[in-house]
Amino acid sequence: MKNFNRRNFLKGGLATGLAAAATGAPKPAAASGTFGGYPNSMGVLVDFTRCVGCRSCEAACNKEQGLPAPDKPFDDLSVFEERENGQQRRTSERAYTVVNRYDQTDRKSGPVFRKFQCNHCNEPACLTSCFVNAYTKTPEGAVAYNSKVCVGCRTCMVACPFYVPAYSYSSVINPVVKKCVMCYDTRLKFGRPPACVEACPQEVMTFGHRDDLINLGHERIRNNPDKYVDHIYGEKEVGGTAWMYMSDVPFEQLGFNTNLGNEPIISYVKDFLTIVPMVLTIWPALFTGFYLLANRKKAGVGAEKPEPKQEEKKS
Amino acid sequence: MGLSRVKSFMILIGSLGFLAGAGNGLAETGPDTVVLDSLAEFYEPVQFNHAVHVDLAEGKCAKCHHHTTGAAPLEPRCLECHKGGSDGGVYACRDCHPLKRFEADYLAALDGDRQRFHLDKPGLKGALHRNCLTCHVENGGPAGCQDCHARNAKGDALFRADIVAPPPGQPTGGH
Repeated sequence: MKNFNRRNFLKGGLATGLAAAATGAPKPAAASGTFGGYPNSMGVLVDFTRCVGCRSCEAACNKEQGLPAPDKPFDDLSVFEERENGQQRRTSERAYTVVNRYDQTDRKSGPVFRKFQCNHCNEPACLTSCFVNAYTKTPEGAVAYNSKVCVGCRTCMVACPFYVPAYSYSSVINPVVKKCVMCYDTRLKFGRPPACVEACPQEVMTFGHRDDLINLGHERIRNNPDKYVDHIYGEKEVGGTAWMYMSDVPFEQLGFNTNLGNEPIISYVKDFLTIVPMVLTIWPALFTGFYLLANRKKAGVGAEKPEPKQEEKKS
Repeated sequence: MGLSRVKSFMILIGSLGFLAGAGNGLAETGPDTVVLDSLAEFYEPVQFNHAVHVDLAEGKCAKCHHHTTGAAPLEPRCLECHKGGSDGGVYACRDCHPLKRFEADYLAALDGDRQRFHLDKPGLKGALHRNCLTCHVENGGPAGCQDCHARNAKGDALFRADIVAPPPGQPTGGH
């Protein structure tokens, strides 16, 4: 009976603490936690109606980032036929961007080519998931990556909703994550667009302030309502991305995941994560206190067990 | 539609002729040949046959030259302001479409004048390719990169032309 009482007492304390955390924490988190991106940050608007699949962007990226040689030259268009486990090519430690072909049956200008690289989210899931802060969302809009602090845990690869970060499995000594950094160190921070943007003969990609690009994209849609799908992918997806896309065929047909929703990935774990520090810091002290309170007579007197419990019951 | 596209393509190319600054008979049909060499870093200059393209366009300069030749522009965005077109005496593509579209200086200037329509104005490379290549693709003209642009040694290096692709089916070891 006495035992039972103490347990109830502890349970009550626990419940009260949890209730306080649960009612107090989520509201401010929801109000202050959503980061819509830096004002005036830069972005890239990609218009797939313009891409001809020449792979110049891949070549430019390889050169700019000093990546290893590819298996095939960049003018070899047989890469569009490549499939790995039924999947088209994706980014890797040797290619931060790839162009894939999506055949269309009734499109006047033939297949659609889709350029793929890091989307540089406003609220990157990779950054959120990284426990050593290897990722930085720069005010210019890039999601930069610091390989010096990366411990190679690959959580970011799991977290990314677009499956972008790749891993240098080829490195035995110091494997790190590899992904597009929007040419931040060599170009973006000097006010220049990424190398792929500049290399494109069709100027498929428009570089500018993200806000302006959104307006510009909707303007294009308004002026060509029969041509474009009335949607800019990345304007709102997972909280918005710096790279955004326009197309004349539905995005699902180009391998885009259209079920990601508009909430940043961090929103799904924010409520839980706010409680973690409390559990780790407050609980040990709290329960240690309870324990010491409950047994405070026991150590000094060296009496048998029931005694301290009787004390507790009185108080 | 297809034929008129071709024509417009021709006219566009004609505008390129103006780039070269050739002075022979500019007022009526433009130069016969235009040398396009703004991609000289990676490609040999293109000898653009303006005269042939003028014929293909049936002399309708506006097919390629937007609003600068006195006819109404085809692009709805341009029409917002340049309604009936205007003969401003500026016909060369590069007089409007900047060669250094992606240099920090140009981008900074663009930042000062946030005219949305001009923000979307392609640079010279984009303007030419979109005008030429779109027409070539739709009308069966040559559309491969090197059909028009012979690559130089630096271009070969950029595209890693030295690499011999492994035979099909062989695993590459890449991820």
